[in-house]
Amino acid sequence: MPDAIHMEFDVAGNNFVSAGAATNHVKDTLRNLGIPNKDVRRIAIAMYEAEINMVIHACGGKAYVDIYADKVEVLLEDKGKGIENIELAMQPGWSTANDDIRDLGFGAGMGLPNIKKYTDEFKIESEVGKGTKVYLKVNFS
Amino acid sequence: MKKITDIAKILNAEIINLGDPQREITGGYAGDFLSFVMGKAPADCAWFTVMTNVNVCAVATLADVGVIVLCEGVTPDKNLLEKAKEHNVNIIATKADVFNAVKTFASYED
Repeated sequence: MPDAIHMEFDVAGNNFVSAGAATNHVKDTLRNLGIPNKDVRRIAIAMYEAEINMVIHACGGKAYVDIYADKVEVLLEDKGKGIENIELAMQPGWSTANDDIRDLGFGAGMGLPNIKKYTDEFKIESEVGKGTKVYLKVNFS
Repeated sequence: MKKITDIAKILNAEIINLGDPQREITGGYAGDFLSFVMGKAPADCAWFTVMTNVNVCAVATLADVGVIVLCEGVTPDKNLLEKAKEHNVNIIATKADVFNAVKTFASYED
């Protein structure tokens, strides 16, 4: 495979039909490169959770993906309202999603815990009123 | 391991979309909150749910769910059906409630 593959995606806000398209593209690319299924599944779930967070909470944003021989790194950046208390947001079951979002099956408060569970590295920076940056890394086995 | 057509038979389920007919199913998960499914459902499983919107397809695809089992007689909405066809996602639908569908599935030995 080439040294590195770089991909960029625009994620549309509040659009649940297109939500997951960026992640799906990354998943297909990794599969085609012959990356083990269990690693592809880990980054797919983690990136989808982060992507859906941007769709629900931040009116969309950008996703930057870098695939190397031994790992994949994803940076998701939005200019949304930000997270007031990251420690609280990391707690399983904590969510600010409204009833409409819950009706769709989201808002269980397991998004960030899932990202942590499935990644080898996970960083989150957020400023209220400015936006949120989420960094994910999965090493290939 | 179970074949999707056999699962459909024992659950008296209608085959809604057979996008990946050769898929062998191992294990299961029941639930409607999508992040619980992604956090806990094993790859290649049968996922029992009453959710019928388009996000169900995204979750099933990304979490490598083997077959979606819609319970309680619910039917997929238009967007879900279209996406399932596009991404070759298996969906069957049974009139049984989640508890009984899982019970039947779990007691079935191939």
